[in-house]
Amino acid sequence: MGKLNLLVVDDEPGIRSGIKRILESFSVSYPFMDEDFDFEVLEAETGEEAIELLDNYLFDIVLLDNKLPGIQGIEVLEYINKQAIDVIVVMITSYASLDIAVKATKSGAYDFVPKPFTPKELRNCLENIAKQLFLRRMTQKMQVEGKQIRFQFLSVLSHELKSPINAVEGYLKLMQDKRNGDLIDDYKDMIDRSLTRIDEMRSLILDLLDFTKIESGKKTRNIKPVYLCEVAGRCMDLVQPLCIQKDIDIHLNCNDKVSFKADVQEMEIIFNNLLSNAVKYNKQGGRIDINLTKEKGDTIVAVTDTGIGMEKSDIEKLFEDFVRIKSEQTKHISGTGLGLSIVKKIADLYSASILVDSEPGKGSTFTLRFPEN
Amino acid sequence: MLKIEKKKILLVDDDQDYLFQLSIAIQDMGFDVATATTQKEAEDIIEKLKPDLAILDLMMENQDTGFILCHIIKNKYPDVPIIIASAVTAETGLLFDVDSEESRQWIKADLFLDKGIRTDQLHKEINKLLKI
Repeated sequence: MGKLNLLVVDDEPGIRSGIKRILESFSVSYPFMDEDFDFEVLEAETGEEAIELLDNYLFDIVLLDNKLPGIQGIEVLEYINKQAIDVIVVMITSYASLDIAVKATKSGAYDFVPKPFTPKELRNCLENIAKQLFLRRMTQKMQVEGKQIRFQFLSVLSHELKSPINAVEGYLKLMQDKRNGDLIDDYKDMIDRSLTRIDEMRSLILDLLDFTKIESGKKTRNIKPVYLCEVAGRCMDLVQPLCIQKDIDIHLNCNDKVSFKADVQEMEIIFNNLLSNAVKYNKQGGRIDINLTKEKGDTIVAVTDTGIGMEKSDIEKLFEDFVRIKSEQTKHISGTGLGLSIVKKIADLYSASILVDSEPGKGSTFTLRFPEN
Repeated sequence: MLKIEKKKILLVDDDQDYLFQLSIAIQDMGFDVATATTQKEAEDIIEKLKPDLAILDLMMENQDTGFILCHIIKNKYPDVPIIIASAVTAETGLLFDVDSEESRQWIKADLFLDKGIRTDQLHKEINKLLKI
C-alpha cells in the first residue's frame, strides 16, 4: 500500500477534522496501479505553520485554504513555488473569486475545491491527484532506469573501444623502443596483432552504426515483399571464403516462394549475423543448414550449425549488448558482442520470436519466427 | 654466491595483447610473471603457487570477474596485495576506489588503476605495495 502525505491548511478546526475523517477510511486504487494509495493527514492552522511543516517534511498534496489569519494561502503557494517544493496544491476556499482562482492557477495550484464541499467532491479530487502522482512517479522511475541502461551501454562501449587502442598503442611503443631488434621483420607478430585489433575495432564500429540506427528508429525502412532465398544466397556468398578456410559445408534449403514483407537491408543484417556466427563458432569440417519455411502464414528462418554449442545458462545472456560467451573455446574467436543483440532488435521490429536450441559440443540452431504481416 | 629470489606477479587479463605487453613491462622491472586469460586459469595458478602480488583485469568473462577473482585470492592468501586494472574509468563516471572503509569491505583490492597508466608509475605502485 502506497501512502500519500497530505497537509491540510485551514484555520477552522471543523474543516481540518472533517477532512481527516473523510480520508481516514479512503484509499485510491486503479487497475493499472501496482498498489493502492491511502492518505496520511497532517494539519496546520496558519500559513506560517504550514511553511514550517513544508520545510521539515515531505508532502505529496497540500489542501490549502486561501483565507488564513496571518499570511494568505496564495502566499504559501508562492513560497512553495519559490522553494521549488515538489507537491501538488489544491486550493480550498469559500471566496473562490475569479481573481484568486486565476492568480492561484498562475502560481501552480493544481485544482480547486469550493467550500463548503461534500466528502464525495473531496474524494474525487484526491482520486485524480493520486492518479497523477502515480503516473509522475512511474515516469521518473522509467527515466532513471533508461539512464541506467544508457550508462551501462556507454561504459561497456568505452571498454570495448579502448581495449584495441591500448593494445595497438602498446605494440607501437614496443616498436618505438626497438624492443625486438632493428629489423621490421622482428616485429611481424606485433604488426599482425595490431592489424587484427584494428579490424575488430572496425567491425565494432560498423555494428555500432547498425545498432544505433535501429535503436534510434532513424533507419529508413523500405518494406516490400522480399524473397528470403535470394537474401540468404547473397549472404552465403559473403561467408563462403571463411567456409572454405574451415572446410565447412553450407546448405540452403528453401522453397522459392518464401517471401514476406520486410526491409531487405534488415534481413541481410540478420542473415549476415547468424551465418557469420554459424561459421565462427563451427568446427573444422562442420556443416551449416539454412532452412526457410512457411508455417500457417508465419515465416520461419532457421540456421543450424555443428559448432561448439553452449550451455543453457549462456543462452539467456546471448542477446544482451556486448555479451560474448567466453570460454576456452571462444577465446580465440573475435566478435563485437553486438551481433545477436542487433538480430534481436530487428526481430522485435517484426514481432518475431527467436528460439535458441543448443547443445555443448554438438551445435546450435537459431530459429526466427516472423508472424504473418 | 647469493641468489636473490625474484618476486612473482600474477597477471590476469582476457586481452592477450595487453597481457603480453604487460608481462614484458613487468619482467623488465625485474619480476617473475605468471599469466592467465580466464578466471579458471587464474584459479588453477593460485592453487599451485602463491604470487607476491596480483594484477587483475576487471571485465573479463563477466563484468565483475576481477572482483570475484580478487575475493578468491584474498580468501586464500589474505596478505597478497591486489591491483585491479580497468579500461573503464573517468569518462563513464564508473569509478571505484578503495579509499573508503565501506568499499574496502566489499572490494578486496588494494589499488585500482587505469590500464593506460605509464610503466614507471605502475612500477612505483608495485614497489609500494611490495614494500620495496
